Amino acid sequence: MHPSLTHYIGLSVILFCIGIVGVLVRRNAIVIFMSIELMLNAANLAFVAFSTHLGDTSGQIFVFFVMAVAAAEVAIGLAILVNVFNIRRSIHVDEIDSMKG
Amino acid sequence: MDWLTYLVLPLIKIAIAIGSLLLGVMMMVLAERRVSAWLQDRHGPNRVGWHGMMQPMADGLKFIFKEDLIPGHVDKPIYLLAPLVILVPALMTWAVVPFGTTDPTQVPTLFGQPFKFQLSDLNIGILYILAITSLGVYGVVLGAWASNNKYSLLGGLRAAAQMISYELSLGLSLIGVLMISGSLKFSVIVAQQTDIWDWNIFRQFPAFLVFTIASFAETNRAPFDLAEAEQELVGGYHTEYSSLKFAIFFMAEYLHMIVGSAVNVSLFLGGWHLFGIENIHWAFSILIFCAKVTLFLFFYIWVRWTLPRFRYDQLMMLGWKVLLPIALINIVGTAIILAF
Amino acid sequence: MFGAILWFAFPINKPGDTLLQNALFFVLGGVVVISALCVIYFRNPIYSALALVTALFAVAGLFIILEAYFVAAVQVIVYAGAIMVLFLFVIMLLNLGDEESLEDRLSWAKRVAVVIASLFFAEVFYITIKLVGSVNAPKVTSGQPVGDPKTIGELLFTKFLLPFEVASLILLAALIGVITLVHRRSDERSHTSSDT
Repeated sequence: MHPSLTHYIGLSVILFCIGIVGVLVRRNAIVIFMSIELMLNAANLAFVAFSTHLGDTSGQIFVFFVMAVAAAEVAIGLAILVNVFNIRRSIHVDEIDSMKG
Repeated sequence: MDWLTYLVLPLIKIAIAIGSLLLGVMMMVLAERRVSAWLQDRHGPNRVGWHGMMQPMADGLKFIFKEDLIPGHVDKPIYLLAPLVILVPALMTWAVVPFGTTDPTQVPTLFGQPFKFQLSDLNIGILYILAITSLGVYGVVLGAWASNNKYSLLGGLRAAAQMISYELSLGLSLIGVLMISGSLKFSVIVAQQTDIWDWNIFRQFPAFLVFTIASFAETNRAPFDLAEAEQELVGGYHTEYSSLKFAIFFMAEYLHMIVGSAVNVSLFLGGWHLFGIENIHWAFSILIFCAKVTLFLFFYIWVRWTLPRFRYDQLMMLGWKVLLPIALINIVGTAIILAF
Repeated sequence: MFGAILWFAFPINKPGDTLLQNALFFVLGGVVVISALCVIYFRNPIYSALALVTALFAVAGLFIILEAYFVAAVQVIVYAGAIMVLFLFVIMLLNLGDEESLEDRLSWAKRVAVVIASLFFAEVFYITIKLVGSVNAPKVTSGQPVGDPKTIGELLFTKFLLPFEVASLILLAALIGVITLVHRRSDERSHTSSDT
């Protein structure tokens, strides 16, 4: 049984769902960020699997764009978190409620 | 006899490479002490064996027989993991460095197979080096955090900031080399530097300068040893480590130096090429490579015992405001020259 | 006979051999899933970050099985080398400990989350099996190598030039954003020092 496209996509789906659970369950903002990284990686895995199996490099190029966006998102997100921590002394997302959201 | 080609030969190569690396580390520890003594006009360790040649053995035995202390306040799993995390990448970098001739007409044969003096000629060799170097910071950061000690933590934070900053210059300086060689393979880059005037140090001097300074910073050695800075931080990230675990941190520093010199020699100083002497016999190529690496290591020691440590703002300014622009201008300049 | 045993005993890198690929896929896939679960299970953010690094490495390994060496190297350089170090740096800087027990109050959210995630999982998994399984054509192998640095570079600067430039703008925006976010304005600083 050679690992086929279905195997890779299946693994990607599992990874993505673990990421979703992480975002929904965890209340620590940094861990939520990490779960988002998991979801982005699931997408990357699917991109590369399709790219290899279809013999088209475009899929791998999308991975670079995903990585660029992930890097930008993490940098901005962590900067916001550092600011929030300086003001509230906590990065627990349920305690950041001064906007009554 | 496939299994011979795919299993036995690589294992022999790995054994030779790691064995010679560890031997190199032993020699380096002695060389550092002897050279520093020489630079400071004193004798240095010269009692154990001929000219102190057995001193590394004595040091090693001392490390082994010291009490292996694990402080009560540390985070144990990560505390134990950190020395491994710092040692493994240091050894892994060696996998793509050609430490002797890789020319198929010259290499000796073993079991009927050509025995190239390179573990693996990856077609993304340079990216592999960058990827592995970027992992070096983990050992320092994890060791520092797990020690649960404010001096260690400060050392770890400094190391993380320093290594990320200088990695940029390191990577960008290599792009100039890549543009000239048109390949990420180490064997190709070395093969292009057969003639001494083709060495990348002459064709890419700014890149060589930036790469050398950045690799000094990546090894956390003086004048970039702010992560340890014994006068301010006791010992930095390895304050809480004792016995063999400390020895591993110590070894990793020397491994980084040796590997950094080897990469520098391969990329900028012509690797195993020197005036065609390497064509006489394959053994000469290895000797030439070792000689060049030794010279470069001497330079490392020389710098450490000559220059004072940077201040933190000076360190960041050098990284971001001097090296990074030089590397970027070098890329643009190389592109312009290549385009016309 | 002896040769056949050796062939299976040492399935290392032989051309056309899928046994190793197979074994590696399941080992690495297992590592990915377990370490991803660890990311959301560990209470200490440092342990979560380390589990995430493991997961990212395993994904890079999967990229290597898929013969996307360049992407694998970039994955390690960008994710493991830069993004995760940034995470560790911030966790250490803020000196975060374990999460407080406020979580227990939200146990209903957890259950809802697991239900939603499993629904989504079932849905996507069904579609995957149904669609991808039916069009699971044999691997297309054109003459052109897929995913070597040269091909990627050429595509990036020709067909994908506009997205490439947009990506660089995004990074520039992030750069400026971070600087404005963490920059201490001079009026704040003037409380402690007298300069400017």
